[in-house]
Amino acid sequence: MSARILQVLDRTGLEAFAPFVRLFRGDDRQEQFRKLFMNFGAPSIAFLLFLGAWSIASQSIMTKYGNLPSPTEVWQQAVVLWDAHLAGLAAETQFYADQAIKAAEFSAAADVFSSRGDAVMAEKMSSSAATALAAKYAASPSYITQILTSLKTVFAGFLIASLIAIPIGVLCGTSELVQAALNPLIQIFKPVSPLAWLPIVMICVGALYTTKPDEAWFEKSFISSALTVALCSLWPTLANTALGVASIDKDHLNVAKVLKLDTWTRIRKIIIPSALPMMFAGLRISLGVGWMVLIAAEMLAQNPGLGKFVWDMFQNGSSETLAQIMVAVFTIGIVGMALDRTMVILQRSVSYSETNA
Amino acid sequence: MSVLELKNVSKSFGSGGGTTEVLRSVDLSLDEGEFVAVVGFSGSGKSTLVNLLSGLLFPNRGEVLFKGEKNVAAGPDRGVVFQNYSLLPWLSVYENIRLAVDQVFADQSVQERDQRVRHYVDMVSLTPAMAKKPHELSGGMRQRVSLARTLAMSPDVLLMDEPLGALDALTRAVLQDEIAKIWEQEKKTVLLVTNDVDEAILLADRIVPLKPGPSATLGKHFSVQLPRPRDRTALNHDAGFKELRNNVVNYLNTVRKESKTAQLEARQKPLPELPQLKPADLRAQ
Ligand SMILES: Nc1ncnc2c1ncn2[C@@H]1O[C@H](COP(=O)(O)OP(=O)(O)OP(=O)(O)O)[C@@H](O)[C@H]1O
Ligand SMILES: [Mg+2]
Repeated sequence: MSARILQVLDRTGLEAFAPFVRLFRGDDRQEQFRKLFMNFGAPSIAFLLFLGAWSIASQSIMTKYGNLPSPTEVWQQAVVLWDAHLAGLAAETQFYADQAIKAAEFSAAADVFSSRGDAVMAEKMSSSAATALAAKYAASPSYITQILTSLKTVFAGFLIASLIAIPIGVLCGTSELVQAALNPLIQIFKPVSPLAWLPIVMICVGALYTTKPDEAWFEKSFISSALTVALCSLWPTLANTALGVASIDKDHLNVAKVLKLDTWTRIRKIIIPSALPMMFAGLRISLGVGWMVLIAAEMLAQNPGLGKFVWDMFQNGSSETLAQIMVAVFTIGIVGMALDRTMVILQRSVSYSETNA
Repeated sequence: MSVLELKNVSKSFGSGGGTTEVLRSVDLSLDEGEFVAVVGFSGSGKSTLVNLLSGLLFPNRGEVLFKGEKNVAAGPDRGVVFQNYSLLPWLSVYENIRLAVDQVFADQSVQERDQRVRHYVDMVSLTPAMAKKPHELSGGMRQRVSLARTLAMSPDVLLMDEPLGALDALTRAVLQDEIAKIWEQEKKTVLLVTNDVDEAILLADRIVPLKPGPSATLGKHFSVQLPRPRDRTALNHDAGFKELRNNVVNYLNTVRKESKTAQLEARQKPLPELPQLKPADLRAQ
């Protein structure tokens, strides 16, 4: 039973909690307490020290909007943002409820007019009912909505990057010719900063994506952010996939030769599984890069998301908004960490031997 | 009729100045249904020989003929039991064998293929470990999976590179009997690389020693004419068996000594003769 729990903890990247289980099981107590201190005690102390240093700094750094916000002020602003989100949600439900009532009243009126034989007025009333139902709640997006937008964008960009990088990586890894042909291009584009890609992407999206706004599936800003993320985050996956495929064990290729596997089966059954751990290591880096790039892109392009939130607050310029920017900094960090942990779990689930977990 | 033949084959590794010749002018012919054992010293080129026979490597000089065709690329009709097992670490025991069976018996039904895999897993007594991954197995267990995988492919020619090397004496004996049984029932052509002379005599029709390298060649062939089926315990008291074993072991010792002295001589060889030129006194002119 406890072995099973330990295995699950290990698989899910929560091995920090393992000492609790071991302690319960009665393993070497001193060793387990030492580990608990390492996993929880030491980090807590470091965090408290950080908060202390921050408090002192906030008292002594004067900005033109007042003191640098202290930890408590930042926490208060986090609560404010959360409450605003809840209030926004309530307002939205209220709005749609009101619209529904309005529409019902209009259609009731339409029924009355048509029973009286006044077709013109009846027509007018039913069209008003339709307008009332179709009305969209318009308000500036709340903080939580901004986070969700950013997450959606980063996943879209990451998906595009993976769809491009993995096949090309496999090609590079299997064929020396492709590798030689593409290597210079990859080397040139890899170090390009997202800030340089962004204007090009925006202009190209503007030129090519001409669907009318109300018919489009995606907004232009979403597409240009996602593409910028994709362009910047595809390189680690590409490089790692190519390396993983190229360093496949010769013995495994010999098995493929003796079995006379055709190219597609060889890729599917031998090459991909063998390169999968390396590929996931690359995907993990890519997602991290993508998240960093996205915030910068949103700030620069004024595309909806956390980056825009930070920029807007900066423009507002007050002590409260400064504290809200700090809330955003922590949010960005915590979301980034959560994304990374998710990738670690995925990476562990595809590693096939104890040693390269 | 020879199924697989090496004709004057030489194989070197490396290119330019750093080449080492591993095999030189090797001639070997495997007749249909024949069981040949290759015995030799470590590093002499036995695995290289197997790779040449299987079509995973091609010779620098000479040719390999498989069913009369020259230098055919590897395929499932020449099954190889690799010395280092070469199991796919992301597949379980069952899946490793299933991959091979699916490839070779693609025209059979799913049940038939499943049955086939289970039969061979059972043959090497690994049914309890069927769902395990290679890294969860001992060396000997991996070796048995590798053997089962190749046998399950039912190849025309079976090339086995020290397939029982990592096993204890008892398991080894069981699998030796299994190999003998399969060979007798299905009349395959078999080449077995082994470092165990007793094993070679027990199983083979012909024993071919590989002399120590570099530039190894095949030594004199020993034909094994003991009646089949051969019984291990009975053989131990058989005069013919004892004599043959002594002959093979003595021969191996002799070739090893020869190669050692040859190497020593090569090292102590006097400097190459310089052309006869008299130093001229340039000042005199
Ligand atoms: N791919 C290669 N590149 C360079 N040298 C090689 C290569 N493969 C084998 N050799 C060399 O060829 C020689 C023979 O190797 P081989 O593996 O055939 O020996 P072996 O008889 O199978 O030895 P063992 O009994 O230890 O398995 C060795 O000296 C080895 O260094
Ligand atoms: Mg070998």
